[in-house]
Amino acid sequence: MLDVNALRNPRVMITLLLLIAAVLVPFFAGNFLVSFGSRIIIWTIAAISLNVILGYGGMVSFGHAAYLGIGGYAVGIMAHHGINSGFLQWPVAMLASALWALAVGALSMRTRGVYFIMITLAFAQLIYFVGVGLEAYGGDDGLTIYKRSEFAGILSLKNRATFYWTCFVLMLGVFYLCHRLVQSRFGMVLQGSKSNDLRMRALGFPTTRYRLTAFTLAGAMCGLAGALLANQTDFISPAMMHWTASGDLIVIVVLGGMGTLFGPLYGAIAFFVLEESLKPLIDWVRPGWGDYWRLLFGPLLVMVALYARGGLDSLFERAARPRHG
Amino acid sequence: MAEPLLAIDGLVKRFGGLIATDNLSLDVRTGEIHALIGPNGAGKTTLVAQLMGQLPSDAGRIVFDGNDITRLPTHRRVGAGLARSFQITSVLRDFTALDNVALAVQAHQGHSFRFWRPARHDSALRDPALVILEQLGLGARADTLAANLSYGEQRQLEIAMALAGDPRLLLLDEPMAGMGPDESARMVAFLQRLKGKRTILLIEHDMDAVFALADRITVLVYGRAIATGAPAEIRANPEVRKAYLGEEHADA
Repeated sequence: MLDVNALRNPRVMITLLLLIAAVLVPFFAGNFLVSFGSRIIIWTIAAISLNVILGYGGMVSFGHAAYLGIGGYAVGIMAHHGINSGFLQWPVAMLASALWALAVGALSMRTRGVYFIMITLAFAQLIYFVGVGLEAYGGDDGLTIYKRSEFAGILSLKNRATFYWTCFVLMLGVFYLCHRLVQSRFGMVLQGSKSNDLRMRALGFPTTRYRLTAFTLAGAMCGLAGALLANQTDFISPAMMHWTASGDLIVIVVLGGMGTLFGPLYGAIAFFVLEESLKPLIDWVRPGWGDYWRLLFGPLLVMVALYARGGLDSLFERAARPRHG
Repeated sequence: MAEPLLAIDGLVKRFGGLIATDNLSLDVRTGEIHALIGPNGAGKTTLVAQLMGQLPSDAGRIVFDGNDITRLPTHRRVGAGLARSFQITSVLRDFTALDNVALAVQAHQGHSFRFWRPARHDSALRDPALVILEQLGLGARADTLAANLSYGEQRQLEIAMALAGDPRLLLLDEPMAGMGPDESARMVAFLQRLKGKRTILLIEHDMDAVFALADRITVLVYGRAIATGAPAEIRANPEVRKAYLGEEHADA
């Protein structure tokens, strides 16, 4: 299905080059970069899942980090009790996140706009404080995971490069799933409902079911990202589902380009590269101020909101079009 | 006489103290174009929303093809064969004209929990949608975003979407609203071609269109039907003339 002419599109070129470079990272990069790359990939998976409901479905979920947390805690808690098989841990992580998403979705679908945002935020805060209250699993301090998920000797996630490639392949899989999903009949209904829900209902679509299904699928997808994140950091804590993490996910999706396939990847790369470069930059100008990197990141985001409404994806597309005046 | 396709019996809708639909009873027979006229605020659009299940009714019954649909949700009514167009254009603006109609077609091909095959390459959706677009003269505009269509074209798309599911009863809420005389004439000609083939409840302000198209006319004033009959009867009805046709058509 690959069209050679598509290669002339800078968006396709950039994405292809990024992906090729990404495959090769463990061959030439040091430990830090490989870990850094894994982190970006995991957050990309989480952002893809948010993009399904936010970008394609128009549902501004301000509690998406909760599924990251649930996925992570599922792995952490099972590991704590000596259940280390990834074949068990990861499906449980996805299932638990999906169930929570189903419950949150079923209740919040009754509302729209700001109320939807507030309800999803409230449920995420609830889960956050449940995490804080789980004294048996470290409460506020979190829990160290001593053994990464095991896959019957097929994969050793302890190996940095193996872990990186595992994340990478999963990301490609999630991209492909998302690609099929949004083009399918289901995806058309989801996007139609974002565009004009009243009309979609009048056409005979019970849209809430479709939106709720998307919400649940996104929860499961993000649960997988959570399971990966717990393995990457060997640690879980309530911080991974703090509301600021939900905010970061929205920022990544918006920065990359809502409702575009590869937007979440662009957004995650930009977000983490900026974080890692702005911190030392500020520290260099004013020692000790590095943690306030968002002081510079904020205005950048405002610029994107004002001048690049479609995010980075639209910038690449604009570069692709010949200029006329 | 055969059973009417749609039988409305004692239908009521209240908004606080205001009665928008006041104990309304009305029949639509299979194959007829039944026009619903009445001054602004008579409750015509409210009635359409009640028929489609977008607004719950406070009392009364709606019977469609012998089945009580008063409490059915919208999608079940669409499944039974009802479809509507909107007075205020309501299309999917960031979808192409073809996508809009293809979605309307899709709504009638069972559930959409189909996650894998690309819908935009599905000829089961595209082919019938294109046929309908061509019927409405929008064939050449199939790949244009709905937002970029002219107002008149959007009105045509509105009708195309309502027709796409091959409905047994078409509720047209002012299809000519806001159209220029040429566009109106074309729309009337199009609806004329549907006459006898489709059952239509037509809400329209344009009296020339109504009298040209309707087999029967019901006059709605303050949510109640004050008269129902053939166009000639309605024209002659003194109560109707007083309530509605009064000033405009007194000299006709």
